[in-house]
Amino acid sequence: MPSPSSSPALHLAVALDGAGWHPAAWREPGAAPDRLFTAAHWAPLVAEAEAGLLDFVTFEDSLALQSTHPTESDGRTDQVRGRLDAVLLAARLAPLTRHIGLVPSVVATHTEPFHVSKAVATLDHVSRGRAGLRIRISQRDDEARHFGRRKPDEGRAALLDEAADHIEVVRRLWDSWEDDAEIRDVATGRFVDRAKLHYADFEGRHFSVRGPSITPRPPQGQPLVTALAADSGAYPLLARAADLGYVTPRDADEVRVAVAGIRGAREAAGLGGGQPLHVFGELTVFLGDTQTAAARRLQRLDAAHGSAYTSDAPVFTGTPARLADLLLEWRAAGLTGFRLRPGTHAHDLPAITRGLVPELRRRGVFRRSYEAASLRGLLGLPRPGNRYAAPAPGPAPVPGPAPAAVPTARA
Amino acid sequence: MSKPLKQIHLAAHFPGVNNTTVWSDPAAGSHIEFASFAHFAATAERAKFDFLFLAEGLRLREQGGRIHDLDVVGRPDTFTVLAALAAVTEHLGLTGTISSTFNEPYEVARQFATLDHLSDGRAAWNVVTSWDAFTGENFRRGGFLPREERYARAREFLATAHELFDSWDGGEILADQASGVFLRDAGAGAFAHRGPHFDIAGHFNVPRSPQGRPVIFQAGDSEEGREFAAADADAVFSRYATLEAGRAFYADVKGRLARYGRTPDQLKILPAATFVLGDTDAEARELAHEVRLKQVSGATAIKYLEHVWNRDLSGYDPDGPLPDIDPDPGENTIALGRASVRQFRDPFAVARQWRELAAAGNLSIRELVIETTGRQTFVGSPATVAESIDHLVQADAADGFILVPHLTPGGLDAFADTVVPLLQERGVFRRAYTGRTLRDHLGLAAAARPVAHSHR
Ligand SMILES: Cc1cc2nc3c(=O)[nH]c(=O)nc-3n(C[C@@H](O)[C@H](O)[C@H](O)COP(=O)(O)O)c2cc1C
Repeated sequence: MPSPSSSPALHLAVALDGAGWHPAAWREPGAAPDRLFTAAHWAPLVAEAEAGLLDFVTFEDSLALQSTHPTESDGRTDQVRGRLDAVLLAARLAPLTRHIGLVPSVVATHTEPFHVSKAVATLDHVSRGRAGLRIRISQRDDEARHFGRRKPDEGRAALLDEAADHIEVVRRLWDSWEDDAEIRDVATGRFVDRAKLHYADFEGRHFSVRGPSITPRPPQGQPLVTALAADSGAYPLLARAADLGYVTPRDADEVRVAVAGIRGAREAAGLGGGQPLHVFGELTVFLGDTQTAAARRLQRLDAAHGSAYTSDAPVFTGTPARLADLLLEWRAAGLTGFRLRPGTHAHDLPAITRGLVPELRRRGVFRRSYEAASLRGLLGLPRPGNRYAAPAPGPAPVPGPAPAAVPTARA
Repeated sequence: MSKPLKQIHLAAHFPGVNNTTVWSDPAAGSHIEFASFAHFAATAERAKFDFLFLAEGLRLREQGGRIHDLDVVGRPDTFTVLAALAAVTEHLGLTGTISSTFNEPYEVARQFATLDHLSDGRAAWNVVTSWDAFTGENFRRGGFLPREERYARAREFLATAHELFDSWDGGEILADQASGVFLRDAGAGAFAHRGPHFDIAGHFNVPRSPQGRPVIFQAGDSEEGREFAAADADAVFSRYATLEAGRAFYADVKGRLARYGRTPDQLKILPAATFVLGDTDAEARELAHEVRLKQVSGATAIKYLEHVWNRDLSGYDPDGPLPDIDPDPGENTIALGRASVRQFRDPFAVARQWRELAAAGNLSIRELVIETTGRQTFVGSPATVAESIDHLVQADAADGFILVPHLTPGGLDAFADTVVPLLQERGVFRRAYTGRTLRDHLGLAAAARPVAHSHR
């Protein structure tokens, strides 16, 4: 499995959710928790990430209220509850930004691949080539009851398998229009060349979809598909479906094991030689000017919350310089980048963009300006050819999206 | 005593997937790139329009077993474009056509609630019920809805969505940083709906949005469709923009409102309308004729005839007479995914009527199609057009119009610059937005906030 070739040596994304990942983040100064459901909350966060030249931001999503319980509502009133649809949120922010990738979460278990495909394709059109998605499954009983169409007792492996099918359909639909299908041939009166439109004709265990998409192929050809693999159970999904996987190892040895496992799964799926795959480490971070200051912040948040913070991802507490040490160590063990979850948006996001990023730059491993116009370009991933197109003579053209003419936009 | 002047509502329909949209004009731009939508929206907002409207179709149309290639093909996702447009507009309402057949209420409700939050209260939903199995092939459950059930599902879909919107009353979020209470009570968003189409329960996860509920549009023309509008809609997107047909439709639908305890001003009737402007009426008429020729090529005319005849007519000469064979009865297998096919319920009657028309006017196939599909509602100088719009509204043929320009994305510019000022001078159209939400623009009452739940 080749690693993606790319000039900036280390890639960085941030995961945005509510007021930050600590359950008491909304109580910190600067959180303005009464504005969480307005564009005015999100616009400055994404602007901050873009000012830090990060590769992309992700937006969490779910089809039920947030809960600490794995399958049910927890009825808690002391944490942020409620959220906006992540795809729409990303679209709302697209005209306010020019370079940064926008990666909303999408739950495969209860959604229609046809709708998801055209929505993310449109996010790519709207952002001129900066869209991706993070595919998720849902094992929650409460989410299943919100749709009422299926029994919630299917196993995780079956749902992951369905998610891989979901992405296969989404990708086929992205390719269902060739790039030059629109011809506007006045002489013959034809608007499209129907030979360049293709049926997806997917028949799977869970659903079948005919196609073509109603939406022309997006600027990136294939927007970036990402997924989290908290353990090896999700490696087949990464192997089959993803351009980028997130993993949650706790030390360099675990990094090596995870990367080898994903490589193995990729080779087993027959994709070993061809498509590059990014593997990003996932960390929740509480940053401070000193180790003590960072630890004190986490203690203060924990005290407000009433219990110690736990996470499915490793938790980092310390200075940006120490975090840079860790990221470089883990990168040497095989990761190509990181998705950082800010403990609080108000403090830890600027600590990443104004503390960590300059530190990484000093060490020569992070970009000084955006070097590409598309998200795939930033990640050093090629623009994929179209699976349905007749092979062209010579190398495929790479129509990188034009620089955005940003319309007057408001937060 | 004369009636007070009605205020006109105006909306802009982004030119889309049908032969109204002239793509061959050198001034025609992209119908996909966001810059086109942003330009179109900016013009509508500059002209103080009520809202921008997007249509939707969930499968590429086919004819004779092949994808139809003569019209504009392809469109972006409705929700995603509207959310992006919310970033580049401030007042303009954002109306999206979303099917109640090929979606689930929880997902659509959270998308509309999100759009309403992200636009500060400008979201509207055109609830459509197209049901065909052809479209269904793009979805998990296939072609799953018998035609007779389309409005039963739509009404239950909408009722369920309203239960979800109303599951938050707007007072739940306390977000008190000092005490650590985010939600006033744990019951926020609780709902339970049990019905023949949907049996769902739990918690809606989007807090109450600025409008509470999006504005609801209806755009079906059947008896059931009109009844749905009278019972549940805030506005109707209709096809009757002439004086007589408009007044008949207006009276019919508004006459149904009382049965549901509603008053006529609670439902706005907004027909689709095209327009062609010229410096003089004569110039506009000439231009209109050119536009019609571009919209209806010979090939397009034959394809259109096939919608009615349900037969391959490719051997016929568009400049010759109508076929003397009868339409093929039964399910239309020639033209798939076409609204007009659904509209021609009795093809024999349509064919008979068209033959009479053609005979009376000695019309070729193409001339007949130009004649019968001629939806050029307003043709004339800006003064003539302003006068006709005002006349139709004051005569209760409509409450306003959803304008469908024939050019993307600049087709609205001249209207905004020349007709709108004349309507403003007549005192029948706003000079500035007076409210913030789409409900404000349409003169609709704010959605009532639900009474706080009993479990609190
Ligand atoms: C003016 C007008 C516009 C319409 N636009 C759409 C549309 O964009 N998408 C769609 O799926 N159906 C559209 N329809 C059709 C659907 O609204 C309608 O649900 C379907 O035809 C069935 O309803 P009916 O039998 O009552 O006409 C439109 C209908 C009218 C009259």
